[in-house]
Amino acid sequence: MNTNGIGALVVVPARGELPRYEAGIGVRVLVRSPIGHYRVPTYLRGKMGLIESVIEPRAVDNEEEGFGRNAGSRLHYYRVAFAMTEVWPLYQGSPKDGIRCEIYETWLERI
Amino acid sequence: MANREHDHPHDTEAHGGSEIPGYYDMLETAITELLIEKGLIEAQEIRRQIEVLDSRTPALGGKVVARAWVDAEFRARLLANGRAACEEFGVTFYDETLLIVLENTATVHNLIVCTLCSCYPRPVLGLPPDWYKASPYRARAVSEPRKVLAEFGTIIPDDVEIRVSDSTAAVRFLVLPRRPSGTEHYTEEQLAALVTRDAMIGVIPVSTPTMRASQ
Repeated sequence: MNTNGIGALVVVPARGELPRYEAGIGVRVLVRSPIGHYRVPTYLRGKMGLIESVIEPRAVDNEEEGFGRNAGSRLHYYRVAFAMTEVWPLYQGSPKDGIRCEIYETWLERI
Repeated sequence: MANREHDHPHDTEAHGGSEIPGYYDMLETAITELLIEKGLIEAQEIRRQIEVLDSRTPALGGKVVARAWVDAEFRARLLANGRAACEEFGVTFYDETLLIVLENTATVHNLIVCTLCSCYPRPVLGLPPDWYKASPYRARAVSEPRKVLAEFGTIIPDDVEIRVSDSTAAVRFLVLPRRPSGTEHYTEEQLAALVTRDAMIGVIPVSTPTMRASQ
């Protein structure tokens, strides 16, 4: 667990207060098909990418906001980099070409 | 539509009066009337929001880009926090969205899309073009960006990386195009006039009148 020290005092962050991932971490987008309002494009589910940056500040989870529930639902989210060849195995173009997408922490797992 | 003026000698008639409203027009009217009747919104608020959107045009984005070209410190702030830099410039954000500004370089070409719907940096560019909201662009920009760009007349060399940013949640994107060569003596105002909407979406580069004439 991450902790901060102020002199001899240790400040313990609440659950979800600090981002779980940092730039450079490899992640996979979860494969889920819940009913309702979801912002993770289907074409990226199950794909592997790299965290490019943590987007600050935390943002309201659109998936909760879609149902009018906003309070307390700010989540960490990330700009995630995917190679075109990871998303589209038959991709025509430079192997360096890629996609960037912002994805909430609840949709990512570390690989 | 084009001949409407000839069909109607009195132009005072309400716009669209001769057309039968479509399903979504009727749905929109019904929901608007319900919201107003229930006191959740006022008619004035809808009019006001249209006024807000109408005041946002690509000319604003063009001014932001030109400033970034001539002022290195502003450019650094714009790339670090697009929203804060635009606000400092006088472009307010009327919603909760953030703005990430993506810089095109000799080695990276950025393109923006919203595959889910039509997310767009409206506070700085206004309303998106119809093609941006249409399924073909939304589907193809992320799967065959080079072909899409070629259809806009933009050929990206193979050694230049294409980065497609798909806006899906709270972040909007704006492409900071490359400053065209031959504009060293341009004023900031002249530079701003070169920057078009499509260049800030990333489908074309910024060009000068001389470059356009030789195409």
